[in-house]
Amino acid sequence: MATPRLDNDLAAVGAGLDALDAPNQEQRPSLGRRFLRTAVPPLIAFALLLGVWQALWAAAFWPEYQLPSPSSVWAAVAEAIETGRALDVLWTSVHRAVLGFLTAVLIATPLGLLIAKVRVVRAAIGSLLSGLQSLPSVAWVPAGILWFGATPSTIYFVVLMGSVPSIANGLVAGVDQIPPLLPRVGQALGAGRLAAARHILLPAALPGYLAGLKQGWAFSWRSLMAAEIIATSPQLGEGLGQYLHNGSSLNDISMVIAAIFLILLVGVGIELLLFRPLERAVLRARGLTGAL
Amino acid sequence: MTATLEPAAQSTLDAAVTLSSVRKSFGHGANSVLALDGVDLRVAPGEFVCLLGASGCGKSTLLNLVAGLDAPTSGSIRLTTSRPAVMFQEAALMPWLTAARNVELPLRLAGLKRGARREKAGELLSLVRLAEAGHKRPHELSGGMRQRVALARALASTLGSAEEGTPGLLLMDEPFAALDAITRDVLQAELVRVWRETSTAILFVTHDVREAVRLAQRVVLLSSRPGRVVREWSTVDGDEPALINDITTRLREVISGHAAA
Repeated sequence: MATPRLDNDLAAVGAGLDALDAPNQEQRPSLGRRFLRTAVPPLIAFALLLGVWQALWAAAFWPEYQLPSPSSVWAAVAEAIETGRALDVLWTSVHRAVLGFLTAVLIATPLGLLIAKVRVVRAAIGSLLSGLQSLPSVAWVPAGILWFGATPSTIYFVVLMGSVPSIANGLVAGVDQIPPLLPRVGQALGAGRLAAARHILLPAALPGYLAGLKQGWAFSWRSLMAAEIIATSPQLGEGLGQYLHNGSSLNDISMVIAAIFLILLVGVGIELLLFRPLERAVLRARGLTGAL
Repeated sequence: MTATLEPAAQSTLDAAVTLSSVRKSFGHGANSVLALDGVDLRVAPGEFVCLLGASGCGKSTLLNLVAGLDAPTSGSIRLTTSRPAVMFQEAALMPWLTAARNVELPLRLAGLKRGARREKAGELLSLVRLAEAGHKRPHELSGGMRQRVALARALASTLGSAEEGTPGLLLMDEPFAALDAITRDVLQAELVRVWRETSTAILFVTHDVREAVRLAQRVVLLSSRPGRVVREWSTVDGDEPALINDITTRLREVISGHAAA
């Protein structure tokens, strides 16, 4: 008679502790409020920038061919959009960047895992890979042109040289930051080497890996622009870089600024639409809400 | 011949784990440290044994050896159970998985189908009274709840992966040391309840004499540097306060023996 009662008491104490000790869950603010908080400040900043630009242009400190008015840049962008040129140019560049980036992910992921887990490999090429990150990928363009000619191969080569080190290094950093207890738990639960990589190592390293992917995307995009600006040939078609190059050749500052604007737009757009939400979802699931 | 063989076969059969003259040293040559020196220990199936000792007695080393995370320098360890499960001082749940998925992880590694995994994990979570918390992530749970999820996961790895009927073995390395007193008290009682319901053998490491006497059927005292079995006590029919006194006195003797050396 006494034992079940005691057991029930204990269950009640346990349930009370669970209720008291479990951390409170923060309520997510409503969609409208989140929009106000995240979208309005950058819009205001952008408007201010436009205002300053307009004022500087109106004050006519610099000649028109150096500082165009916002409206003439807008006209250049609008014209490119209307004639369909903008879409062609964007498509050429973005699909190259995405293809190059995906290839880089396929190469860098096993490479990063090898460097992180095999001591000899790390000793042999670990520092080389970090060093490659500080080498501007433009430096590969002349070599690429000599090796592959002014062909898409050169472009992809430069993109890969730019993004593979970032992605691999991100993965290595992610693996290095895994608490040592987790792989041990995996071993104790019966995970072999491959299963441990798939079920413990990769998911545990995901935040670092994602940071590497984000940086890798930025590097592939800017490597691509560098390659497109320098290597121009009819074979390559017209990407954003060539568009910028043409603007420069025509001494058309509005077109140059319009090109820069479009390059930025793609970079910011991919970051906001793809990487930011992905990173947030991953960090939020792990209770790492500090940076959000 | 048969007379000498039979007791040996007998003793392996009715033991979950048998350690015979297990030695473990770390490092080589002059720098090598002897952690365990000739440890003999037998845990019967379904028995609850506490290993007690001050720091440096090689308690954790011993658990690692039994868990197969490390190999003994000499001596042998024989297991008749399924894969032993280990619980650490920290819950060490995978932060990217929900509580239920954490419990499912060892079943997944053992190659169980999804439906079977779900069902087994559900059973084990209700065993530790967390049936409602399966969808929560580790950061949404309190320390005590996390440790209960870890217990369910450990049980999954020793019970779930084996065929029915194979006895389980649970190795616990000071699992409640990082918890506050009330939570620890509740969890100790929960552990005893779970142990009775699952009839798993438990090898539990602690430095807390009260905890050892409260939980275990048998308390084994280890000496420090190197670890050797000093003495054993049965707690089944004993006067608890007297036993605690007795063990504490002996533990103090073992520790103060190091001041002279």
